[in-house]
Amino acid sequence: MRNPLTLGIHVPGDTIWHRIPAGPKLVGLVLVGIGVIALRGPWPPVATLVLAVGINRWAGVPTATTLRGLRPFLVVVAILAAFQTWQRGWPVAVEVVATTITLVVAATTYTATTPMDDLVGAIVRGLRPFRRIGVRPQKVALAFSLMITAVPTVSTVFHETRDAARARGLERSVRANLVPFAIRVVAHAYATGDALAARGLDD
Amino acid sequence: MATIEIDDVSLVVPRGDEDVAILNRVSVTLTERRVSLVGANGSGKSTVARLVNGLVAPTSGTVRLDGLDVAEHGPAVRRRVGFVFTQPAAQLVMPTVAEDVALSLRRSIPDKRERARRVSEVLASFGLADLADAPVHALSGGQQQMLALAGVLATEPEVVVADEPTTLLDLRNAAAIGERLLALEQQLVLVTHDLDLAQRCDRTLVVDGGRIVFDGEPAEAVARYRALAAA
Repeated sequence: MRNPLTLGIHVPGDTIWHRIPAGPKLVGLVLVGIGVIALRGPWPPVATLVLAVGINRWAGVPTATTLRGLRPFLVVVAILAAFQTWQRGWPVAVEVVATTITLVVAATTYTATTPMDDLVGAIVRGLRPFRRIGVRPQKVALAFSLMITAVPTVSTVFHETRDAARARGLERSVRANLVPFAIRVVAHAYATGDALAARGLDD
Repeated sequence: MATIEIDDVSLVVPRGDEDVAILNRVSVTLTERRVSLVGANGSGKSTVARLVNGLVAPTSGTVRLDGLDVAEHGPAVRRRVGFVFTQPAAQLVMPTVAEDVALSLRRSIPDKRERARRVSEVLASFGLADLADAPVHALSGGQQQMLALAGVLATEPEVVVADEPTTLLDLRNAAAIGERLLALEQQLVLVTHDLDLAQRCDRTLVVDGGRIVFDGEPAEAVARYRALAAA
């Protein structure tokens, strides 16, 4: 299978990062994310990135897994770096790039050390108090896990659509690339809806 | 075995300015352990299968499972009827193999450890134990379809509906999935283009133009279908 993205793929292990319960770890991830974004100057985000990579290594996440998780963001990061260097100078570019990569590495470490079942359970427990205002925790948790699972599927559809356009000599046609891509993604969403209904997860 | 009653069911959908009949006054009662449906693409056979667990609602007529109206009791019926799709990738909705089977069991087995134990059992029985932590999108087509079947059977449904489950598979995987389906203790409603598989069922329906044009002994049904296709 082409382009096996790793977002949401659990890597079994017995490190402290695997043992921390999914809920507190998720809260920690959110706080770290907010904290990293709030940092200013080039060096604090770089230090945070070094720390994030260290934790990633400590958690035993294979380097290849982390790099595959980063790969889709590299183009965006390169564009951001060039733009920020041009507009606001290299210190800001370093800050933005380090912050972005830190967030991706931290998220990869989280999903690699947390079984989806635990994550779903944590979201359900965390949202329980909001039932009284109409929130349905099971549905939110399922939507969250579906979103993570859909990333590699959408990526595969993108590559297949691009290959199909190339095969017809239409690689430069935006229409030949985007229209079938959009149609296939929507069709996949419908098929997933049917599958959820068939598995009794629609009620 | 459950009694599946499809009573005078029609399904009409708008297409452009006109209404098109996908099913036209279909009536059949299924009580056999293994029933196959054959027919050309677009004949309506998959739609008949989808009626059984309420994925498709008829425009008129009723579908019942042991007297339970599918339209009124959809969730209850779906807990008793498992569905295997043609394209397994759409059916697998969690990131890894074990997590996908666990999703099927979240309601029936709330305890996490007990659920994990059951998941291990199911995966072992389907030869998928070594792939428990593998990403579902990295599996081969045959492994994905086997996982989809495992996810359905984990909940121990009374009826399994399979909509062309071997169409996208190579010969070896198609044979493995076919054998697995035919060996089920559960009642099986099998939509297929594999006429050998269809003939090994207890009863075969031939669907054409939204109608059941033959209903009976599998070998004769397949002969009728071949004649229909050649005409």
